[in-house]
Amino acid sequence: MATQTATLPKEQLLDWYHQIVLIRKFENMCDALYAEKRITGVYMHLYSGHEATGVGALAAITPEDHVITAYRDHGIALARGVDPKAVMAEMMGKRTGTSGGKGGSMHLASREHNFWGGYAIVGGHLPLATGIALKVKYMGEPNVVISFVGDGATNNGYFHEAVNLAAVWDLPVVWIIENNLVGMGTRVEEASGQPDLVKRAIAYGMKEGPRVDGQDVVAVYEAVKEAVEYARATGPVLMESLTYRYQGHGVSDRQYSAREDLKSELEIWQQRDPIIVLRSRLTKRFKNIEPELERIEEEADRIVAEAVEFAEQSPAPGYEDLIANVYVE
Amino acid sequence: MATKNLPMREALRQALREEMQRDERVFIMGEEVGKWHGTHRVTQGLYEEFGARRVRDTPISEMAIAGAAVGAAMAGLRPVAELMTINFAFLSLDAMINHAAKIHYMFNGQFTVPLVYRAATGWGNQATATHSHMPEPIFAHFPGMYVGVPSNAYDAKGMLKAAIRDENPVLFTETIALYPKPSPVPDEEYVLPIGKADIKRQGGDVTIVTYARGVEWSLQAADMLAKEGVEVEIVDMRWLRPLDMEPVFESFKKTNRCVVVEESLPMFSFGSEIAAQLQEAAFDYMDAPIKRVSAMDVPLPYAAEIELMALPNAQKIVDAVRGVL
Repeated sequence: MATQTATLPKEQLLDWYHQIVLIRKFENMCDALYAEKRITGVYMHLYSGHEATGVGALAAITPEDHVITAYRDHGIALARGVDPKAVMAEMMGKRTGTSGGKGGSMHLASREHNFWGGYAIVGGHLPLATGIALKVKYMGEPNVVISFVGDGATNNGYFHEAVNLAAVWDLPVVWIIENNLVGMGTRVEEASGQPDLVKRAIAYGMKEGPRVDGQDVVAVYEAVKEAVEYARATGPVLMESLTYRYQGHGVSDRQYSAREDLKSELEIWQQRDPIIVLRSRLTKRFKNIEPELERIEEEADRIVAEAVEFAEQSPAPGYEDLIANVYVE
Repeated sequence: MATKNLPMREALRQALREEMQRDERVFIMGEEVGKWHGTHRVTQGLYEEFGARRVRDTPISEMAIAGAAVGAAMAGLRPVAELMTINFAFLSLDAMINHAAKIHYMFNGQFTVPLVYRAATGWGNQATATHSHMPEPIFAHFPGMYVGVPSNAYDAKGMLKAAIRDENPVLFTETIALYPKPSPVPDEEYVLPIGKADIKRQGGDVTIVTYARGVEWSLQAADMLAKEGVEVEIVDMRWLRPLDMEPVFESFKKTNRCVVVEESLPMFSFGSEIAAQLQEAAFDYMDAPIKRVSAMDVPLPYAAEIELMALPNAQKIVDAVRGVL
């Protein structure tokens, strides 16, 4: 697909730069805070390396459209415009967090942003995406659902059933496989009979979208924009974004990314880091833009620092929170 | 009030039709619910009346049926998702437990999940081990979802209407053997509240706590015992969650003796729960150990002679009642 960088407004490219840098700095901060035990919990899966996928994809939809994802959800929440303070507070299990400190890193959500949440059972959110899209079609609304799905989740039954049902009912879903080449510690080619994952669309009689360069926010944006247009008018699309996770599966896994035989792979991907790729596009097109980019980076540092301060000063939930919202009273 | 004698399946169909007429957001989805008219004919005629938008046949995809119902409910619809039989709900367990039941809590009240899972349940049809489950207590184990277990046509209609109108997810199971059994159903609309038990027979000697088909067997046993001068009180719980223990405590304080009748299995069961709560709340009123009449602790076999051997019946209940007198 021909990229149209030259026609994209400068403000949009700078906004994406801001979002990608913010997510990276946010995730680096989470990593540091976890090491210092200022963020606790067993699970935390960082979005570093994936930023261009989330930012590019969500730039292609409107606030009235819908987004749902799995447990690697920090970057999706931030790209959808959820307040970094509330996201950081959720990491720290505070009452001011997106889920009041009851969901944690893997269960961020924001109803007001039509961000239907991060889900921690692999594949579990996929039929929810189908159901949200059913509501859209049932009510005759013009919206679409973007459902992210990891490469690993494409191998469980939820994927098959949810994607097939969306195809049978011609529902407006864009399934974006975030293929980072590894499901926990198992490589795609060891886990999938057809490692060209987007080919599965054929089996469902569904529109096969592109395999896009997930390191390039512009390429992701353009591919998703086209897929969204198709989904709005016709029905579901399965597409794939090729990317790489920089910090292993999650905080419980440091050994994978530390493996000597994978260091060169990581280095190759980091040479095409989403920040580098976008920065290069910007500096090529706009002369003397570096000071502006530095201001954006400083701004991101400030936002992350404020988020940490807000979260640390927020109260922990109490007994009344423990027992609230088990049922709708 | 004028009534009609209706089989439970027709009373359930009335509930579905009335709620679909009342609220456009209510729709039915599931395997064979539309053109096939439902495996147990509960949804018969609704496809013709409401069309393919609101009576949605699905592929054989239990995980997707249960999960898509969650998504649709979160987004603002009111799905009634039929799982055909409760045996297939084991395939949907994750969507039901991890998502339907937990999403309201896990996201701190941001989303509600107003759905109903309907499933046929029960055994005694030579359906064999995999198709002979009555696992409602498994679902009642988890906070976040209500579990309705009606014992007759009248209750079934009023309870299902309440389930559809409620903002919480509900598992609603319908005992297959009860589908053809009639009871008087008022012509006028009515709704029975969620989580309210019902005294099905009054008596001062022994309290029987039961639900679903256990009520029928207990009523038969009560007639047999009455001939011996023993008067049993039958509490039909109607809901395993919320579990309405007050009428049980009240009855037990009067009778001081209790038999729990469950069509389900005995380990970690409804009977265990009732017995535990009774001894905690009313130990001083207890004149005899609490007895349980359950299915036997075996997978159900095919042959009718030994299948029925494994199940509760009126005689087993009579024997248990005699045992606590």
